[in-house]
Amino acid sequence: MSEVGLNDIWVYLAASPLLWLAMTLICYLVADRLYRLGGGNPLLNPVAIAVGLLILILVITDTPYGVYFDGAQFVHFLLGPATVSLAIPLYRQRARLAALAVPIGLALFAGVLTASVSAVALAAWLGADIATQISLAPKSVTAPVAMGISEKLGGIPSLTAVLVVTTGIVGAVFGTTLLRLLRIRDDAVKGVAMGVSAHGIGTARAFQVSQTMGAFSGLAMALSAFLTAALLPTILSWLGLIGT
Amino acid sequence: MLEALTLILVCQLIGETLVLLTGLPIPGPVLGMLLLLVWLFLRGGISESLGRTADSLLAHFSLLFVPAGVGVMLHWERIQGQWLALAVALVLGTLITLAVTALTMVGVQGAIKILRGRGGPHE
Repeated sequence: MSEVGLNDIWVYLAASPLLWLAMTLICYLVADRLYRLGGGNPLLNPVAIAVGLLILILVITDTPYGVYFDGAQFVHFLLGPATVSLAIPLYRQRARLAALAVPIGLALFAGVLTASVSAVALAAWLGADIATQISLAPKSVTAPVAMGISEKLGGIPSLTAVLVVTTGIVGAVFGTTLLRLLRIRDDAVKGVAMGVSAHGIGTARAFQVSQTMGAFSGLAMALSAFLTAALLPTILSWLGLIGT
Repeated sequence: MLEALTLILVCQLIGETLVLLTGLPIPGPVLGMLLLLVWLFLRGGISESLGRTADSLLAHFSLLFVPAGVGVMLHWERIQGQWLALAVALVLGTLITLAVTALTMVGVQGAIKILRGRGGPHE
């Protein structure tokens, strides 16, 4: 029994958070490399590919999500501080924000209302249950905020997280094409639309188009997080999903 | 770096605590962001290390969504049962939101321009 088999090494590694933390970073780096090799094609979205790779590995090794998350939680934890850090790009954009305050404010209001009402209405129409509808409502907001909102309103926070990530991928993959079809040329407008609809993943995509689009996307993401947190309880009770 | 990271974490901590104490419907990190923003306005600027720390946290913002995204594993059954509703709500809902937001902003900018053009000579 002195010989250490591969299986023993696996058992040891699988029990420590190191393995899945490292695996998360490796899969993301592989996905990011693929994305760059593909010339930044939005269809090769790095989050989608990294998630796909990790699920494949977890299924093959028969690892439950809880074990994976014990390692990956260190990455997940950084969402909180990263959200707080959004104050910095917001502060840097204060002059442009002041100049465009009225159009941005009204666009945010329209966007936040549309994001939640369209998601809930479409899902309800196609027969989704109430918990799914509530979990969908904050889908366009950055993950830590959306999960917090979902939990407070009676949704399923981990389902919300998945829907938020998928929304971000949809926005990043189709957003720039849709905005081109709509003949929107102003990067400030494109950025605001991307930030409201597709939060951080959309913002990451916006930064690849231009610094201006990225900055406005980050700004819109931060402001729509506030606005959604403040408005969603009212919107959902108005839609009859939660009691007042 | 360490001071900047501490400042960010303290803002989040105060945010989370205030949310717990007051029952505000806003998540802790969002309140933390607002507190940091107020602090920046009071201080009148961003220190170099705070700027660098925030930039490095935000540089790989999309990586931070990966662990939550893998959580799709937990919801296979719900997703299989309601996949059509979820897919339509996610794809169509997001495209509608993009269009409404962009067109609202363009429309309001246009309206402001017309109003200014009209009001201009009389002022």
